[in-house]
Amino acid sequence: MAHIKLHNEELPGIVGLLNYRPETGKALTDLAEVLLRGPSTLSSGEREIIAASVSFWNGCHFCHTSHAAAAAAHLKTGISLIDDIKAGLPNTLVSDKLRALLHIAHQVQRNGKNVTGEDIKWARDLGATDLEIHDTVLIAAAFCMYNRYVDGLGTWAPGPKEAYTEMGERMAHVGYGKF
Amino acid sequence: MPHINLPSEFPGIRSLFMFRPETAKPLNDLVQTMLHNPHPSLSAGERELIAAYVSDLNTCKYCCNIHGAIAKHQLGNDGDTVKQVLTDPETAPITDKMKALLKIAAKVQSGGKNVSPADIELARGEGASDIDIHDTVLIAAAFCMYNRYVDGLATWQPDDEALYDKMGEQRAREGYHTPPFKVNREEAVSSEVSTQQYNN
Repeated sequence: MAHIKLHNEELPGIVGLLNYRPETGKALTDLAEVLLRGPSTLSSGEREIIAASVSFWNGCHFCHTSHAAAAAAHLKTGISLIDDIKAGLPNTLVSDKLRALLHIAHQVQRNGKNVTGEDIKWARDLGATDLEIHDTVLIAAAFCMYNRYVDGLGTWAPGPKEAYTEMGERMAHVGYGKF
Repeated sequence: MPHINLPSEFPGIRSLFMFRPETAKPLNDLVQTMLHNPHPSLSAGERELIAAYVSDLNTCKYCCNIHGAIAKHQLGNDGDTVKQVLTDPETAPITDKMKALLKIAAKVQSGGKNVSPADIELARGEGASDIDIHDTVLIAAAFCMYNRYVDGLATWQPDDEALYDKMGEQRAREGYHTPPFKVNREEAVSSEVSTQQYNN
């Protein structure tokens, strides 16, 4: 049970919170839509992997599993990707540039000041642009918000990863704030 | 030096808003709704105090100083209360409800799961509503984003208290959607310092 009385207790994770407070919900879904599905030289699948990884490092089961399911829907990998993200992607073919961006995201997850010039140079040497570095930092920062919001209000989340397949498909192909 | 090529006339998050207007829009909409728009039971000053307090816990100089300055102006030019909240909320001249909400904010800053039912009960006992608790958690969570965004890209964060005060006065009066004024890094900072000395 959530720490506050939601309008609809059946809605899991952030969905119940967006429904509870639509005034803030609008900006929160607009941000997710532009960050994860807006025009970018990073694919939506890559951006969802960053979102899911940060959520896993923050220990937020709902955000990790749902965004990993969205990544799987974009990349057509099957839901084994959810566990592979936890392990650091040993079984998923991703670019070295994405691995360097994931390292930056991990630094941001701990604290913004942890990002070093060397971390940035590594990503740049592998072809990352200013915009890609910017978006990586903002996605990582944003999930430090979403994760705390979802866990800080004690929302409930479905357990097994199979329960997230359909949600991931909708996040990937319908979009945020649209269901 | 910032990690990416940002416009040099704007400090902190404002340089990032200029760099990427597509993400600036929802980020600004969120802060306007959380901190500036009318609220049933928390004043704008109280909400700005939560933002400044969490930014201080995250050691984000720009966010702590600017939201501290906005709080000061929202609280009727009361910079003393802001300083005391940043030093120790327990002894600051704020309501017991605010003290309980700041405890929740600190828990959120250290990790969402750290908020316990006892923290919530304490706030409720001091008169906090569900909306108060919701908004406190969201403000604290959102500043864990804004702080990491501002620090993670190594934006320019001035040391000039008078400059933050001037920017804070503008935001307290106008909200978050109006354009920021440009800051000339060398000249403005030195003239701001001399103005401050003048006033004192």
